[in-house]
Amino acid sequence: MTTPTLDKAAPAPAAAARRSAGTGRRLTRLLACLALLALLAAAGLAVGAKNIPPAQVWHVLLHHEPTDGDWIVVHHSRIPRTVLGIAVGAALGLAGALMQALTRNPLADPGLLGVNGGAAAAVAAGTALLDLRGFGSYVWFALAGAAVAAVLVNVLGSGGRASATPVRLALAGTAITAVLTAFVNGLILLDPLTLNRFRFWQVGTLAGVEAPIVGQVLPFLAVGAVLALALARPLNALALGDDAGHALGANPGRTRLLAMTAVTLLAGAATAAVGPIAFVGLAVPHVARRLAGPDQRWVLLFSAVLAPVLLLGSDLVGRVVLHPAELQAGVVTAFLGAPLFIALVRGRRIAQL
Amino acid sequence: MNSPTVLAPAARTSEPAPATRVPLHALRLPGGYSLRLHRRAVAVCAVLTAALSAAVVWTLTTGDFPLAVSDVLDVLSGGGARADRYIVMELRLPRVLTAVLVGAALGVAGSLFQSVARNPLGSPDVIGFTLGSATGALLVILVIGGSAATVAGGAVAGGLLTSLLVYLLARSGSAQGYRLVLVGIGVSSLLASVNDYLIARASFSDAAGAAVWLTGSLNARGWEHCVPMAAVLALLLPAALLLGRPLRLLEMGDDAAASLGARPDRLRLWLVLVGVGLTAAATAAAGPIPFVALVAPQAVRRLTGATGPNLAGSAVLGALLLVLSDLAAQRLLAPTQLPVGVLTGVLGGCYLVWLIARQWRTGRG
Repeated sequence: MTTPTLDKAAPAPAAAARRSAGTGRRLTRLLACLALLALLAAAGLAVGAKNIPPAQVWHVLLHHEPTDGDWIVVHHSRIPRTVLGIAVGAALGLAGALMQALTRNPLADPGLLGVNGGAAAAVAAGTALLDLRGFGSYVWFALAGAAVAAVLVNVLGSGGRASATPVRLALAGTAITAVLTAFVNGLILLDPLTLNRFRFWQVGTLAGVEAPIVGQVLPFLAVGAVLALALARPLNALALGDDAGHALGANPGRTRLLAMTAVTLLAGAATAAVGPIAFVGLAVPHVARRLAGPDQRWVLLFSAVLAPVLLLGSDLVGRVVLHPAELQAGVVTAFLGAPLFIALVRGRRIAQL
Repeated sequence: MNSPTVLAPAARTSEPAPATRVPLHALRLPGGYSLRLHRRAVAVCAVLTAALSAAVVWTLTTGDFPLAVSDVLDVLSGGGARADRYIVMELRLPRVLTAVLVGAALGVAGSLFQSVARNPLGSPDVIGFTLGSATGALLVILVIGGSAATVAGGAVAGGLLTSLLVYLLARSGSAQGYRLVLVGIGVSSLLASVNDYLIARASFSDAAGAAVWLTGSLNARGWEHCVPMAAVLALLLPAALLLGRPLRLLEMGDDAAASLGARPDRLRLWLVLVGVGLTAAATAAAGPIPFVALVAPQAVRRLTGATGPNLAGSAVLGALLLVLSDLAAQRLLAPTQLPVGVLTGVLGGCYLVWLIARQWRTGRG
């Protein structure tokens, strides 16, 4: 699925013409996706528990009126929430696309492969044993947990002589997640206060985001995103297999290490900020590949734009369906993503991808 | 997808050619019937049964009020002091018997599911039954509100619906085994997020109660849990044992089984039904206890060195595992009583990791 097909002996001018036409088409599609994202972001500012007419939203965006209720709602709740949704969504999309490219596995996803679970378990341990509160202290635990889980799942799924198969990685992720879940359950049951703090974070939601958190999480996500985009070329080479990739000048070991670092940064920091959100990283790269073709540079770009579309869209759906209460974005993405996963499993001979 | 390079089908993980090493014996029964006996398997079952009896008696003696083994045996044979009688007959015996029955049901169910999936990872946990029953129970606890019996009913309904869904989604086409497991993983992830949502929107005390139920616990189980469980087992265990023979055929693959006279699709449906029924009863009694169903059949296979499912052995070992886990869960952090599910979850998860690691080390993965 992720393996690009080489242009077969097409005459050079025709191939070049086709490539530039392809680039034009991809750019148009990317712009369309960006427009969709802008539309959703605007809707995110206008829709919510408090009914504020769009004209009034526009007004408070342009004028500084810190005593006005509408101004406070828009600036202290909806803007940070939308910005964080875009940042975290892009991070999850990039992490998913990286993992799928790296493992050449259409089922790879930071949630299914235990990375989010590792982050969650570490945060639970921190909350229960060290009485941590707030993103600033969560984030280091989440990163460490994500890194440990990522390494474990990969060692378990791809060790030995055979290379990692999609099925085995998914099972390794399930096994690690099972151990971590039991561990978290034990912590929660021994200390009801931990349960009370942890249960709200565990669902995965953009609600209740404060502006300082956005500032704290952005540096981690930015580093991860730059690293991810820089890896597009070597990942393209590795898509042909380790040997061919090596011959094309990529260093498989270093690329894997850097890519896993990027995934850990992106998924770990995103999880620390909004809780474990599943299936965004799984679903988005598939759509991105449909729109962009096999070139990882484009797939990563499209994933970074489409994932926030999905996350902001889910967040909006969650705000609307139970209005004025909210359905957490993590629940909505699971309802959108799980059917896609099942369709993938049913529809293809996945073991050979 | 069907190739053994992904994950070896269950039958391939055992030692090579055990039949040449361990002779089979036929036990002649009156009326022209005969029973094939596997000497080592019978020995293993006997040892496990003895260990189970010892573990049960040991559990009856331990607790906040320690009793001597002789006192316990006195009570069990009908005598004993009144205080001892109350402690053993009303507090400890129903709990440990529930553990035995639940463990046995889970062990047999796991054995059935692993043969159906032709995969050592097939178990009611993996195909989504457990999370489905959790969702059902949570809906009853948190949304409808109800007694323990209603919660059990909700759990059974949720589990049955989820299994049905997974089975139907995975049914079409070839290579059912892996697809069943993967579809189960997908549905489970969806339900896990529903469960998280239900817990987040509940009141604090409800959430705490639900969290205990979700982990699986034998705390405060009495005769009212034990008796219905025994009735279900009395019905379903013989059914499972009857299915044991065609089950061996199924493990050879659909084509071979069909040519030997079995009807794979219909057989699979029956196996899933019996397995789901056993799991449902266990879940109603004790909540979704993880991993016993996964571990017991595999461990029995290793102990006996035989191919094919060993339903009786899985039942006894499942019971033993659960009794010992519950004893440890009661005593490890005493006086705090951990739910037994925490213990089986950690142990079983580690076992699963080991199983996967071993498969690739031996080159079968």
